[in-house]
Amino acid sequence: MRTNVVICGIGGQGNILASGLMGSALVEMGYKVAVGETYGASQRGGSVMSHLRVSDDVERGVLIPHGKADVVVAFEPVEALRILRVYGNPDTKVIYDTRPAYPLGVLIGEDEYPSIEAIDAEINARSSISYPLPATEMAMEAGNAKVANILMMGALAALDEMPLEPDDFFKVLEQNFHGGALELNKKVFMTGYRWIKEGGAK
Amino acid sequence: MKEVKVNNVEWMTTKNEPGKTYLMQGNEAIVRGALEGGVHFASSYPGSPSSQVLGMLGHIAEDQGFRAEWSTNETTALQSCMGASFANGRAICIVKQNGLLFHGDTIHCGALGGIKGGLVIVSSDDPDSHSSTNEFDSRHMAVSANIPMLEPASVQETKDMIPYAFELSEELGQMVLVRVTTRICHGRGSVTLGEIPERRPFTPIGLWDRMVGINWLHGFLLEKLERAREAFEVSPFNHYTGKEGAEKLIITGGTGMKYVQEALEEFGKEDEVGVLSLGCLWPLPEKFILKYLSKASKALIVEEVDPFLEEHISAIAGKAKLSVDIQGRADLIPSIGELNPEVVFKAVGEFLGEELPSKPVCGGEGCPAIEGVNIPARELTFCAGCPHRASFFILKQALRMEGHKGVVMGDIGCYTMAGQRAGQYGYHFMSCMGSGISAAEGLGQLTSYGFDQPVVSLCGDSTFFHSVVPGLINAKMNEANILHIVLDNSATAMTGFQPHPGTGQTAMGFETEKISIQALCESLGCRVWKADPFDVENTKNLICELIGMKGLKVLILEQPCATLAAKTRKKKKVWVDTDICRGANCGCDGYCSRVWGCPGNIWDFEKDCAAIDEVVCVGCGACASICPSGAIKVEGGDE
Repeated sequence: MRTNVVICGIGGQGNILASGLMGSALVEMGYKVAVGETYGASQRGGSVMSHLRVSDDVERGVLIPHGKADVVVAFEPVEALRILRVYGNPDTKVIYDTRPAYPLGVLIGEDEYPSIEAIDAEINARSSISYPLPATEMAMEAGNAKVANILMMGALAALDEMPLEPDDFFKVLEQNFHGGALELNKKVFMTGYRWIKEGGAK
Repeated sequence: MKEVKVNNVEWMTTKNEPGKTYLMQGNEAIVRGALEGGVHFASSYPGSPSSQVLGMLGHIAEDQGFRAEWSTNETTALQSCMGASFANGRAICIVKQNGLLFHGDTIHCGALGGIKGGLVIVSSDDPDSHSSTNEFDSRHMAVSANIPMLEPASVQETKDMIPYAFELSEELGQMVLVRVTTRICHGRGSVTLGEIPERRPFTPIGLWDRMVGINWLHGFLLEKLERAREAFEVSPFNHYTGKEGAEKLIITGGTGMKYVQEALEEFGKEDEVGVLSLGCLWPLPEKFILKYLSKASKALIVEEVDPFLEEHISAIAGKAKLSVDIQGRADLIPSIGELNPEVVFKAVGEFLGEELPSKPVCGGEGCPAIEGVNIPARELTFCAGCPHRASFFILKQALRMEGHKGVVMGDIGCYTMAGQRAGQYGYHFMSCMGSGISAAEGLGQLTSYGFDQPVVSLCGDSTFFHSVVPGLINAKMNEANILHIVLDNSATAMTGFQPHPGTGQTAMGFETEKISIQALCESLGCRVWKADPFDVENTKNLICELIGMKGLKVLILEQPCATLAAKTRKKKKVWVDTDICRGANCGCDGYCSRVWGCPGNIWDFEKDCAAIDEVVCVGCGACASICPSGAIKVEGGDE
């Protein structure tokens, strides 16, 4: 088994934390895992991506070759597209948060943010299946927009490509969170997990 | 929600359970390696990609019984480590490539004098400059200073190399450099833990014990290097895999190894090619290399940044009169930028004379043509609520308002981003840490010789302590005609809020007396003003006044980093009163989002008026003062 997942978004969305937790859960299960994080100074609004490479026999280099992502998990719609164009192939599955985060160029009126319909259409055309998941909105409803990253990990875990069950992820959550935060993270993880299982696909 | 570090540092880095495997980040592996190496003293000045290392060491130091500290700069950090080494303590100094260059004199003199307790310098390079202004290659420093150097190929090796480096350092009586790169520091891989040893006691310094760097030791320095070479000939960090006596040999340093392995698998050539992965990079284990190189007719060298191995291995081949054809950064691999699968696959393909089977690509063959939308670039910007945004907005306005052709000399920190749109293209000059004020001093002196532009220099608070103080003293002594602005956000923000001398905190979490920038400047006899960048009008007027004034002026713009403030301060509610905001009819043309450029100030295209993104806004309220209609409202929160 060899799976390549790109988890992408923008600085501050908890992308790195999410991929680290997912990777740790898989290592606990005995898989070989490599994670490459590209963030640079992206805490200042730039794009962020983590490459998560899972295998049962070999620990890979930390970067996924172009065109070799099996799954793209994006915390922002145009970031999904940016990554999919480079790392995707016709069999790639995509889960993306539908809430836009506008780049500086858009805010100051020099660039245009594409319509959500156009983004959606292109993601659809470039992937085998796409899941437009309103993760931030759902996380806000659950109590905190910041846990959208864990909700997305729940959605990722629900795909056949990922060999883990919710309990495997909870073990690692329990090592890292306590009390109310732990409960909230578990809750939204299951929200994302069920959303996919119940057929949120386009 | 309480902030929790990924993989809870204590959980992984301090467990004494040899044989257990965890997913570890390269930076965490450095921490674990230091513990397994029985470290007594750790010191650093933060720099990406290794900026997290000392923070983690500081977090566990008290429990584990060693000392970890943030130092004023990299030079003081290394010199402190030398002090700890003198009592036979094991010391580790963590820097980025610029930091390594900054302590160049210390390394050279220190290498001459040698060390007692093991001293390891970890220098993190940033190929492709993900979070740097450059991609300098640390490896040349080891050659210049005549010290041994190692580079890991994986996260596991990173952890294993640190205790090895401590041992080697003590055997030789010499400091050892470990070079890592961004893909190691910010990569994660499985790491099987070793044992954490008992920490040994210190050795008293006797009457005739010496650590003195003086030239009559030059011969001993070179002798130590030869002993390192002998150790490297049998080191477990140099591996050979693949066909014995292969005609085609690939030699890798650092991250190159894994990319090469994957490439050979893709081409199905694992059994035909030999791969020599070198972890001991200086001095090179010549005999070990020649054992394989002498059999090869051609070799490809895969390494990060400069053709370091390529040149030194070519020299070895030349000396041995081999006719092997050596290729690498000079031809098959681009001479700039980092290694990645694309670069390595292509180079390996050309080296072998093979082509990769074409892979299905979205929009390529077998896939319907796809009409692509225009994806807007996502450039770096200041965080929501960042005081630097206000400072550069004000500076630009002040310079423009007075018709000044002011020249702005920048420095290194978050505010380096002001050179782009985020900061209104706010400065003209930027070089290395501490250079802004000194370059401004030189330029400002020309105002007495016919140069008629006012000169403004900038620095942040952490940079002020790091290397601006000597420049300020120079400016004072030479009576420079400049305005120096300290953008004081009470944090080393760019690298993750590490304590500095002005924050009143140490790496181990203890309180210490804050050093006041204002008092320090005044003690030098500088005239000092203070202002709040969020008080836009008044601060603008003050800057105009100071620019017109002769002599050396220091202005401290004080406002805590928004990301830091958001953690401690009660958030104000900021909102747009849509009855007042007239959108496109206002004539301001979306001033708040267009000119101010804060990610929290967005435009509601449906209602055609300004809006606040509540997920992003940190509630600083600064944007309220720039709305010409007063439509942005601020409620509640702490002052």
